[in-house]
Amino acid sequence: MAAITMRLPAVRRAVGPAAPRGGEKHLVAPGDTITTDTGYMRGHGTYVEEEKLIASVAGAVERVNKLVCVRALKARYNGEVGDIVVGRITEVQQKRWKVETNSRLDSVLLLSSVNLPGGELRRRSAEDELAMRDYLQEGDLISAEVQSVFSDGAVSLHTRSLKYGKLAQGVLVQVSPSLVKRQKTHFHDLPCGASVILGNNGFIWIHPTLEHKDEEAGGFTTNLEPVPLSDREVISRLRNCIVALVNQKLMLFDTSILYCYEASLPHQIKDILKPEVEEEIVLETRQRLLDLEG
Amino acid sequence: MDCTLCKEDLRVDGRGCEDYRCAEVETDVVSNTSGSARVKLGHTDILVGVKAEMGTPKLEKPDEGYLEFFVDCSANATPEFEGRGGEELGTEIANTLYRVFSSESSVDLKSLCINPREHCWVLYVDVLLLECGGNLFDAISIAVKAALFNTRIPKVRVLEDEEGSKEIELSDDPYDCIRLNVDDVPCIITLSKIGYRHVVDATLQEEACSLASLLISVTSKGALTSMKKMGKGSLDPESIFEMMETGKRVGKSLHIALQKILDEEESLGTSRQKVGFLG
Repeated sequence: MAAITMRLPAVRRAVGPAAPRGGEKHLVAPGDTITTDTGYMRGHGTYVEEEKLIASVAGAVERVNKLVCVRALKARYNGEVGDIVVGRITEVQQKRWKVETNSRLDSVLLLSSVNLPGGELRRRSAEDELAMRDYLQEGDLISAEVQSVFSDGAVSLHTRSLKYGKLAQGVLVQVSPSLVKRQKTHFHDLPCGASVILGNNGFIWIHPTLEHKDEEAGGFTTNLEPVPLSDREVISRLRNCIVALVNQKLMLFDTSILYCYEASLPHQIKDILKPEVEEEIVLETRQRLLDLEG
Repeated sequence: MDCTLCKEDLRVDGRGCEDYRCAEVETDVVSNTSGSARVKLGHTDILVGVKAEMGTPKLEKPDEGYLEFFVDCSANATPEFEGRGGEELGTEIANTLYRVFSSESSVDLKSLCINPREHCWVLYVDVLLLECGGNLFDAISIAVKAALFNTRIPKVRVLEDEEGSKEIELSDDPYDCIRLNVDDVPCIITLSKIGYRHVVDATLQEEACSLASLLISVTSKGALTSMKKMGKGSLDPESIFEMMETGKRVGKSLHIALQKILDEEESLGTSRQKVGFLG
C-alpha cells in the first residue's frame, strides 16, 4: 500500500539559545563587523574596509594571537595530514588515481602509496601501472588517509594500511565537513550491527560489519553477496539518523549516532525524516549527550 | 548503492517501493498571480504561478480557452542550468505538460471562453525549479494541480449595444471570480525501474541507478491519460503492465492526499500564517 503524506509547511521557529557550554561562540554573517580595532591581522574569511575588519563568510570567529579568521559553517573540505577521508575515483592516470573528496581540487592517490594485492612490498613496475584499473576503477569508493597537502591545497592520499582501501557494499551519505567531529578513530563498529566510517571530508560510509577481516586481499576484493534484510534495515535506519542529525546541525561522532539510533527505535525507518519525529529524536539525543557531559 | 537495495521492499531511506517522501504543499504564495503553489518533495522544490490573461481563442477551437506552459530551470537548482543549460530540460517538461493536459476532460476549457472566436482566458502556467532532488515530474504535476486549484479568474460580462459592438465589463468586486474544477486534472507518476523492481518517487541517487522509467498521468478516478517512457534502457511489456497498475493505484492515493491538504488549507482560510519562502 502506497504511503503518501502531504502537509502544509510549518513556520520556522527561532532557535533558542544553545545549551550553555563554556563561553558563547562569536558567530558572524557575511558583512558583519568583527572588530574596529586596527591592531588585528586579516585572516581567512575576512576583509578590511574603512579600517574595519569584516567577515566575508558566515561562521565562527577564531583568534590566534593577533590573527583573526572566520571558519565557515558550510565549506568545502580543507585537507589536513592524518585525516581519514572517503572518496570516489574519478580518473585513472599515469601512476595515479584522481579522487573526488569534496575539496576544492581533486585529490590524488599515487600508485606508490597503495598496498598491492598479495601484500609484498616492492618497487612498482610497468605491469603494475597497466593493471591499475584492475585495482581501482572510475566510480569506486575508497577510504584513505591524507598523506600530504600540496601548496595549492590539493591533497595526496595513501592507503598503506589494511583498514583503508576499496569499499564494497554500503551506503554513502554526504554531509558538511564541519559537522564531523575530529576523533582518535573514525572507523566505528557500532553495537547495533553496522559499521560507519566518518570521513573528515564529510563523506560517511555505512556498511555491514564484517565477521572476518581478509588479510590477504590487500583491500581490493569486494564481497558482492546480497546483504541480508536485517542488516539493510539497520543501515537504512543509521542513514536516516545521520541525515536527521545533520538537518538539525548536531555534530557527528560515534556516541551521537548511537544515541540517535536508539532514540529512533520506537519509530519506523521511513518516519525518522518526518519533521516532527526528526525533531523529537534529535532533541532526545541532544539531552542524552548533555547528560553524558555532566 | 546497489539494485539489491530495492528488493524486499526496503529502500535506502527506509521507504517501501510505493512510498512517497514527505511533501509540503502551500498555495497562494505569489500575490501577483491568479493562482500559485509551492511544493517541496524531499529536496525537490517547485514554484508554480498561473496567470490569467485575455486572448483570442485558437482557430480550431473557437469556443475554448487554452493553457500555456513554460518551465524555467533556475541556476539555483543546479549549476548545470546556468546560461542555456536548463533549456532542454525545460522544454521537455513543458512538452510533457502539454501532452498531459491535452485530453479534453482535464480542465474545462469551455468555461474559459468569454466570447466565442473573439475573447477567451489564456492561463499561463509558469513553473520554476528552485531545487532538484529527484522526481521532478511528479512534483511539478502536483504543484500545477495545486496552483490551478488556487486560481481565481475575475468574472467578466459581455455587453452588446444596438449597433452590435461588444464591450467587456469587469466585475467591480475583486472577490467575484470563477474557479476551475480540478477534479479531473491528472498527476504524473514516475515509475523507475531498478533491478527487477520499480519504485515511485525516486531520489537523485535512485534515478542514477535506474536505466528506464515510465511516466504516466493518472486522474483522481484512476484513469490513465498519457504515458511516456524515459531513459535509455528498455522495458519488457509485462513489467510495463505491472508499472501501469502500480501507477494507477499510487496515483489515486496521491490525488486523495493532495485534495485533502488543499481542502484543509482552504478551510483554514486567512487564519493560517503564510510560510512562503523565508519561513
